[in-house]
Amino acid sequence: MTTLGLKGPVRIRREHAAVLVTFGLLVAMFAAGSIVYPAFGSAQVVVDLFIDNGFLLVIAIGMTFVILTGGIDLSVGAVAALSGMLCAFLLGQWHWPVAVVLPLVLLVGVGFGFGMGYVIHHFEIQPFIATLAGMFLARGLCFVISVDQISITHPFFTEWAQTRIPLGEETNVTPTVLIGLVVFAAAFWTLHYTRFGRAVYAIGGNDQSALLMGLPVARTRIRAYMVSGLCSALGGILFAFYTISASGLHEVGTELDAIAAVVIGGTLLTGGSGYVVGTVLGVMLLGTIQTILRFQGTLSSWWTRIAIGVLLLLFILLQRLLGSSRTRR
Amino acid sequence: MPGAVLEMIGVSKGFPGVRALADVDFRLFPGEIHALMGENGAGKSTLIKVLTGVHSADAGEVRLGGERVTVTGPQHAQSLGISTVYQEVNLCPNLTVAENVFIGREPSKAGAIRWREIRRRAAELLTRFGVDVDPGARLGTCSLAIQQLVAIVRAVDISAKVLILDEPTSSLDRDEVEQLFTVMRRLRDDGVAILFVSHFLDQVYEVSDRMTVLRNGALVGEYETARLSRIDLVGHMTGRTLSTLEQLHVRDETARVQAEPVLKADGVGRRGAIAPFDLEIHPGEVVGLAGLLGSGRTEAARLMFGADLADSGTVALGGASVPLRSPNAAIQHGVAFCPENRKSEGLIEDLTVGENIVLALQAANGWLRPLSQARRQELVGRYMTALRITPADPDMPARNLSGGNQQKVLLARWLITQPKLLILDEPTRGIDVGAKAEIQKLVVSLAEDGVAVLFVSAELEEVLRISHKIEILRDRRLIAEIGDTGSVTPEGILEIIANGTTS
Repeated sequence: MTTLGLKGPVRIRREHAAVLVTFGLLVAMFAAGSIVYPAFGSAQVVVDLFIDNGFLLVIAIGMTFVILTGGIDLSVGAVAALSGMLCAFLLGQWHWPVAVVLPLVLLVGVGFGFGMGYVIHHFEIQPFIATLAGMFLARGLCFVISVDQISITHPFFTEWAQTRIPLGEETNVTPTVLIGLVVFAAAFWTLHYTRFGRAVYAIGGNDQSALLMGLPVARTRIRAYMVSGLCSALGGILFAFYTISASGLHEVGTELDAIAAVVIGGTLLTGGSGYVVGTVLGVMLLGTIQTILRFQGTLSSWWTRIAIGVLLLLFILLQRLLGSSRTRR
Repeated sequence: MPGAVLEMIGVSKGFPGVRALADVDFRLFPGEIHALMGENGAGKSTLIKVLTGVHSADAGEVRLGGERVTVTGPQHAQSLGISTVYQEVNLCPNLTVAENVFIGREPSKAGAIRWREIRRRAAELLTRFGVDVDPGARLGTCSLAIQQLVAIVRAVDISAKVLILDEPTSSLDRDEVEQLFTVMRRLRDDGVAILFVSHFLDQVYEVSDRMTVLRNGALVGEYETARLSRIDLVGHMTGRTLSTLEQLHVRDETARVQAEPVLKADGVGRRGAIAPFDLEIHPGEVVGLAGLLGSGRTEAARLMFGADLADSGTVALGGASVPLRSPNAAIQHGVAFCPENRKSEGLIEDLTVGENIVLALQAANGWLRPLSQARRQELVGRYMTALRITPADPDMPARNLSGGNQQKVLLARWLITQPKLLILDEPTRGIDVGAKAEIQKLVVSLAEDGVAVLFVSAELEEVLRISHKIEILRDRRLIAEIGDTGSVTPEGILEIIANGTTS
């Protein structure tokens, strides 16, 4: 993961540096955890990071597309919650088959993304506002379905929740982890080896230029939000697998966690610069902080928030420092 | 002569309050370099935007190879074989040079982009056009000139039947311009039709075969370059005679006052920007800063205004040493600065012309003491008349003005504060001959009124014409000072730059 298939001398670019810093911090934190808590260093802890944060990983990957275009998507948590509610409702109340429900739910997510992307591009609405509206809409729809938490009893979900795929002797993973990895691979390939992916970067770099260079700006921008919607819906389904329940109060604040993970992973909020692998590292870093606090045992989980806040500030300052060398010509 | 590859017949285009194009005919033949001439606001940009589908024409038709076409957008124009390189480089700074050449049409196999092929083909193209740059370098790290050439390489590689170059040379130095012209001539010989827009008459005469002249949105005529004298061309463009230009040559040398210098810089420098230099500017004196692109002209000017902090030396304003820690400090001491990039560093496009003009005065007064409406109107009106800003509507958003008029608005903003020292960084870049002459004349008359002017310009002729004293910069170092500007020629200055002292 150096020059993205561009053979040649490996340059330490700004965006590389940011990813490397995140990686270094992750390794350091993990090493520290392993020294203080001997049980911390096991492979299962690493795998658990993926298991516990699989849904966030998928959502954050979708968010990466949007942020790379220079936008933001605040609706992801609400769309994820809505997806869970739809699953629970359609399976539990209407008894629709899983093979219909899951594609439908993903389609709803894509539809949300399309709607917001369309409004953002064609009416030139700030992404912040358009997706805020989407967030309220999706969150509201959750409570239209039910104001209470619904537990999901469908055998497909309960089985899925218990499935473990062995990985060596003492380690095993859930299917969620595999889905997360597949989404990561697909996102990486899309961003770096398709015209759509490159157009995402181009728009983030300069959308006026992209338009004048003949790139399909409208289509690309709307698709980025559709990718984010799809990932949110998938994330919501994964979360439903994880908890075997759905509620309109699930995933509150997830959009902010996802944004934090993307930024900590080295992606510029102004767009055009960053890597999806950075996002994976960002999610891992957030997960590691939580795990350390769990091992520590006495500190309140709110310390996670404080740690994330400090990290976020550090990374934004770091980006500013790394970026300042190129702004002056 | 073969048929025209591109034809516009009776094209009109209006914007609210502005008639940008009125019944314009235009022909472009394969294998020619055709210059589109006209003052700012004459309709050149609009014509190009109609050709590339950014704007749709209100009336008239565009024919490509004899067939009537309706260009719906830049992408469509590109697919029709009309490629454009705009005045401002329209590429993505965050992508590599190679990717900028190929984005949107990347070679791919089974849906996957083939990076190796992109790198290889980009390297080939860049070598063929003699552009010396690593295809893997991020575009944002390259100089403006390289970025411009990369944009041209991209446009040309999109198998352009028609290549539109909108002021491609305004940020290139002489060598780079020559390099560009070589490429343009080769393309012309290959049968490409090139539409070339430039404000530099020398360049137009050097490279173009024919030209079309526009004035106030209307067609003046189509001429063969070799058969049209410069005087006639300028006459066609401006609708005036050249008397304003001629007048400038008569300069009153006695106007120069040998009093206390307005500004005295002593060993002022900034690491990485400009080596320490000394500079004196007296009241009523125009001091020119000459040098090639990147020689430190702008950097020196910015230090005098406190826009950048000097890390050595002292600046005395009006005899007293002043620490120039911020532009505000400089403004308080009567220094005004018109930056080079009027769009991003000066003019606020969303505000009206009037608001733009009073901005600096209001800032100097402080926000707690707003100007009265009557005083504002009086001031704005006076300066708009004095500088002949058109259209003379103070309530029009500044973005609707042509480049030359935007520059005048910026000038008005600073003149209104009645500065003792006016720093002008490339005030005439990218504006037309008529407006250029007016601004030069204005500078001269300001100096006659006792204002000291520091004048930065890439055009040596211009610097020579209006300066009393010229400071020559090279490689971020002040290498010579010419006190008597009557005895030097542009060639003489170039020679100093070429052979000047090096460290």
